[in-house]
Amino acid sequence: MSYAATHDQHDDHHGAPKSFFQRWCMSTNHKDIGTLYLIFALTMFFIGGSFAMTIRAELFKPGLQLVQPYFFNELTTMHGLVMIFGAIMPAFVGLGNWMIPMMVGAPDMALPRMNNLSFWILPFAFVLLLSTLFLPGGGPAGGWTMYPPLSLQSGSLAYVVFAIHLMGISSIMGAINIIATILNMRAPGMDLLKMPVFVWSWLITAFLLIAVMPVLAGAVTMLLTDKYFDTSFFNPGGGGDPVLYQHVFWFFGHPEVYIMILPAFGIISEIVPTFSRKPIFGYKAMVFALACIAFLSFIVWAHHMFAVGLPLGADIFFMYATMLISIPTGVKVFNWVTTMWGGSLTFETPMLFAVAFIILFTIGGFSGLMLALVPADFQYHDTYFVVAHFHYVLVTGALFAIIGATYYWLPKWTGNMYSEFWGKVHFWNSVIWVNVLFFPQHFLGLAGMPRRIPDYNVAFANFNMISSIGGFLFGASQLVFLGVLIHCAFFSKKKAADRVWEGARGLEWTVPSPAPHHTFDVPPVIHDEELAHGDVHA
Amino acid sequence: MAAASLALASFGGVAYAAPHPWQLNMEPGASTWSRVPYDLNNISLAVCVVIGILVFGAMFVAMFRFRKSRGAVAEKWSHNTMLEVVWTIVPVIILVALAYLSTGGLTSWADTTGSQMTVKVTGYQWKWRYDYVSYLGQPIEKVGFMSKLDQQSDETRQLGSGMDPYAVKVGDENTYLLNVDKPLVVPVDTKIRFAITSGDVIHSWWVPAFGWKLDAIPGIINGAWTNIKTPGTYRGQCAELCGQDHGFMPIVVVAKSKADFAKWLSEQEAESKKAPPPPAPFDAAAQVAAQRG
Repeated sequence: MSYAATHDQHDDHHGAPKSFFQRWCMSTNHKDIGTLYLIFALTMFFIGGSFAMTIRAELFKPGLQLVQPYFFNELTTMHGLVMIFGAIMPAFVGLGNWMIPMMVGAPDMALPRMNNLSFWILPFAFVLLLSTLFLPGGGPAGGWTMYPPLSLQSGSLAYVVFAIHLMGISSIMGAINIIATILNMRAPGMDLLKMPVFVWSWLITAFLLIAVMPVLAGAVTMLLTDKYFDTSFFNPGGGGDPVLYQHVFWFFGHPEVYIMILPAFGIISEIVPTFSRKPIFGYKAMVFALACIAFLSFIVWAHHMFAVGLPLGADIFFMYATMLISIPTGVKVFNWVTTMWGGSLTFETPMLFAVAFIILFTIGGFSGLMLALVPADFQYHDTYFVVAHFHYVLVTGALFAIIGATYYWLPKWTGNMYSEFWGKVHFWNSVIWVNVLFFPQHFLGLAGMPRRIPDYNVAFANFNMISSIGGFLFGASQLVFLGVLIHCAFFSKKKAADRVWEGARGLEWTVPSPAPHHTFDVPPVIHDEELAHGDVHA
Repeated sequence: MAAASLALASFGGVAYAAPHPWQLNMEPGASTWSRVPYDLNNISLAVCVVIGILVFGAMFVAMFRFRKSRGAVAEKWSHNTMLEVVWTIVPVIILVALAYLSTGGLTSWADTTGSQMTVKVTGYQWKWRYDYVSYLGQPIEKVGFMSKLDQQSDETRQLGSGMDPYAVKVGDENTYLLNVDKPLVVPVDTKIRFAITSGDVIHSWWVPAFGWKLDAIPGIINGAWTNIKTPGTYRGQCAELCGQDHGFMPIVVVAKSKADFAKWLSEQEAESKKAPPPPAPFDAAAQVAAQRG
């Protein structure tokens, strides 16, 4: 379609800067900033993973063997904060940065300097957050949700609040950039309803981010003033209400959950049609389902709070609203399966992760439906059943989608093919051990094991040991991933074609591999049949 | 599947008061209401398993039938209005049925009227306080006590204690981290209302055999009820992160026959008239300081 435009760039007069500092620290290039985000996310994934390994080691058998209970609470808190704000979210922003301009035919992000700033805030935010572990009094230990009054007992609250403010600023700037890029910088002919589903998912996610990150900032600022400036927002002794915090937090927190899964839906909607060699089934239904889920995410927050003693009417409203979410989510799952039906399937590593995503994310969705039923939730709430649920949707959901996306676009980024053999080794180890890790946690929760406890009765010993073994092996499997990435970027001899996958559709596959430093300086000409979906005319 | 159904068959019908090794599912519990979450759990699980078999089954068929290596050629269609309508409507019908069942169960849970006994439960870092407020319409004076982790569990659970959690037993039952120095004693066949609050941070009072947990929140008094069918010892734990010893503040409820309970209560009342009652701590900060002592 746009060969004239892209081939011109071989005699590109403004390639990547030669100096390391200029290229990586002062970059305004969406590809380099995307790479920075992805490397940062991978680093945080291993740091957060090391917390998880320590947690699983302590829970390997009954009795305390390794860490004091307070440090255990620091580990669970930091594991949550680092994985959510440090690994999953920046990974999606990195993927968005890299791919959105290339998918809509834009030369770069709309606001390149802000793009640089929104990335470079993050390392400082996480240095601040992680430094609390080495300060007297230790890190935050009240859970990633930071419920008062408990979180106010922590000496490091001010550090954590400041770090969260920085992360929030970074996220909001990133979201503004993505919205501006998608709405203003599409190539002529790339109508909104011709965009890849991944771009749609990020557009909707970006609106969620702008809507809720300020709410989180407000909630944690009120914690800060309660602790240091004698306000009583959440202090019943001064007329405040600890439950108010939970309402405000989860008004942020539930859309946040979808911020971490909608881009994953987008990724799966790219990978499945490619390896099925068939257009995605029900493109418009997919986009509409994304928008529905995003809307519903604002009216279900109190399902995290069924055990705080809400009025009966509130319990019922939030139960019904929560159950409704399973409809658009079900539509997405059915559409992915139907996309595969009648296709011509091959199972390269990205497709394997996408298939595992569909099955395992759906299992997480099933337990989510069970959790929505208030009387049953009175039992499940704050047990390992919940831990199993959200790790199914976040690890085998969000994380598997990120890993799948990495394998899918890695040849486009590096110009080299990764090792399919080691990719499959990584996949099969991940998918087996992640289930050994998390599936028994359902049983633990149903048998009555609360979450966030460092030690437990011997009745819970068997499944905890199995879960820990799965955890160690799942963690070790991710070192294979690291090896595949390093090999592909620096050592692989096998060059990638421009259209890396036979069934791949969309503008990103029309540029050379590796993608040159600047793409689409001249807007490409859009041919509808080249796009990733088939039913725009239907 | 066979092993799972065997396990269900052998466990079914026995009301366990404490978790047991290899336990796979929730228990029906011991109160008049506790079957509600148990039944909902089983019904919704069954619904999910059926949907899962259909969806994943279709997917596995697709993965084998439509392999490129088996010569499958991709079709071009990407629409089927009939299918899309069906898989939107059918889940709605299933959801309405589940919502109907849940709403009924929830409404009966929320009704604390007509209770014959009231106990005030207060969470502290990291123990519970029980105050008996009234029984059969009569106020109870000065019966209340702290209930904290038993000494044997507490010594065993220290980091590097070298003691064996498997050796913490009452009779044949392992009670590691699930036993207290002084349990809450209540009668069976009595609608007991709990008024649940906290003196410092948020805790959550949970005995799985009663079918619910409810947060203990400073400044708020939450109400819930139970009506225990059979005498026995029912064990639970704090279910809301409340600080370093969150994992070490269990709950033990001993349900006695009405006659035995009346005897126990009059003994407690007699005792409290003799000795000055222990001061009920209201100051959270002082309580924390004392604990750290």
